[in-house]
Amino acid sequence: MLVARLMELGYRCLGPAAENGAIVMRELAAPDALPRGLQAAQAPGRYRLQQDPHQRYFAWANGPQAIKPHLFAPRESLWRAQRDEQGRLRFTAVAPPAPMLALIGVRACDLAALALQDAHFLQGDPPDAHYARRREQLFLVAVQCAEPASTCFCASTGDGPTPTAGYDIALAELADGFVAAAGSRKGAALLDALNLPPASPQQMAAARQQGQAAAASQTRSLPGRALRDVLMGRLEHPRWDEVATRCLACGNCTAVCPTCFCHAEMDEPAPNGQASEHVRMWDSCFGESHGHLHGFNVRPDIRSRYRQWLTHKLATWHDQYGRSGCVGCGRCIAWCPAEIDLTAEAAVLAGDREPS
Amino acid sequence: MTARQPLEAIVVERTQESPTIFTLQLRLSDAAAQAAYRFAPGQFNMLYLAGVGEVPISVMSDPQERDGIGHTIRALGRVTQGLAALRPGDSLGLRGPYGRGWPLREMEGRDVVLVTGGLGCAPVVSVIHYLLRRRERYGKLVVIQGVKHAEDLIWREQYDRWATLPDTQVLLAANQGGALWPWHVGHVTELFEQARFDPGRAAALMCGPEGMMRAAAEKLLARGLPESRLHLSMERNMQCAVGRCGHCQFGGAFVCRDGPVFDWGQVKSLLEHRGF
Repeated sequence: MLVARLMELGYRCLGPAAENGAIVMRELAAPDALPRGLQAAQAPGRYRLQQDPHQRYFAWANGPQAIKPHLFAPRESLWRAQRDEQGRLRFTAVAPPAPMLALIGVRACDLAALALQDAHFLQGDPPDAHYARRREQLFLVAVQCAEPASTCFCASTGDGPTPTAGYDIALAELADGFVAAAGSRKGAALLDALNLPPASPQQMAAARQQGQAAAASQTRSLPGRALRDVLMGRLEHPRWDEVATRCLACGNCTAVCPTCFCHAEMDEPAPNGQASEHVRMWDSCFGESHGHLHGFNVRPDIRSRYRQWLTHKLATWHDQYGRSGCVGCGRCIAWCPAEIDLTAEAAVLAGDREPS
Repeated sequence: MTARQPLEAIVVERTQESPTIFTLQLRLSDAAAQAAYRFAPGQFNMLYLAGVGEVPISVMSDPQERDGIGHTIRALGRVTQGLAALRPGDSLGLRGPYGRGWPLREMEGRDVVLVTGGLGCAPVVSVIHYLLRRRERYGKLVVIQGVKHAEDLIWREQYDRWATLPDTQVLLAANQGGALWPWHVGHVTELFEQARFDPGRAAALMCGPEGMMRAAAEKLLARGLPESRLHLSMERNMQCAVGRCGHCQFGGAFVCRDGPVFDWGQVKSLLEHRGF
């Protein structure tokens, strides 16, 4: 009903789909096309879809991507340079298409990450025009996580598992249906139009309890939320050398991280040489070129790249945006081919766990 | 200039400074944009070579100069080698200025020590020109510069001329001298004992390799210069220039936006570690 109404309003609706063994966000062909019974079992270096015996819609914890690629595009042109007949260079801003987009099934961690991406791309003068355009067109249907994966630790970062802000509509999926709450004027208008029966006190209590149980079931955690000083005080800790022997510097963690914002800018000339596109593409601080300067690489080794990533995420993000850049989604753990666990590394570096 | 895309600029003048270093005097094609263009020494522009890419280049002309924007560039990479091939009348893209420049107004009334090393000379040379044109507003000037090889020093006649000016001291060092190198042979940090300035009323500007700047900072602080009056220009990979692409992050700072000029106290602790 909710999806049907969004479609009537002109939204392109994206919801979960199983593709290549993972949950991805794909356009829903019809209002009733949401898949049921999908669950995502996750562990360090491991992500496997399996069947949920209860046939629920949102039993999966998360997929490799959620909101980020729909606002901060993995690759897009920012401006175009063209040489006219007189040989003059003309520069034009590229206006990206920004359809009204509804994302169905985002999680509390994704919303927390979105707030950080908003801070990065919308603060400052001027805001990033491409991000801002798409952001205005976004409608978010969040879902409470009832079954976090083993890699999840949003309870310890304070970002989940129950969405508390940043959504248009939040759902809690119960055995006997959904509890829906509006978080914005757009969301409230939509729920009003659906004319739903009010949730019973029992359903409200069940939703609350489900959230508490999901939080309690999480086994991973970070050793605190204010790790800035402790990590910046341990920049020469031997653990950085040790983790560098395991890390492949593949950049998977940065690609799946919902808050990572680094991107490369490059120019792609047209074959006739008269025009060129200035393109931005997601980039990773694990790549060779990230710290490149002429004749010198700021971060020539994996030790310094891993340290850059972790200290940025957990420490210097506080200086930039007033909180840690980690929202506890656990994607960097599940998608790391070397099974490196950020929570374990942080615990060793912060000194409350013996190196294993 | 708040748009993200560049404006067209025309090469007005090109000067070859050394076999690899050249200066481009640019003017924005749009007369109104050129007239409105303002910058502070120490800020930089993104120069765009058609179809190839952008590079951050410090503005080295005087901020009072209205009809051109000067950039001294070393031909090193794909873009800068292409920029080296531009001739007067050729067009390129320019966006900027970006970042935080030198706090030159705050330094009025003070002795000024300028320290450069390696190829860091262009931004500081533009500051020297700035100070000399406003000579009465500043106290003693000390120019301390180190180069690897004697032939790396460009604008040599200027240094000779500056050395003859009142209250202006020029101290140069080359790690490898040569028959015609009249100055010190050795490391630039060996020159600091000779520098004549009053630490109580001086300010220092540094630009160049980080190792050199750290050594220089140590010398200057040992002479009694307060940390708050020690400023340096940092270099990092800059692609967007507006604090978004992430490459130039130095701890929590975006060098393109929060720098490239920093106060020593803002960066000293992280400079002790390689890899940031």
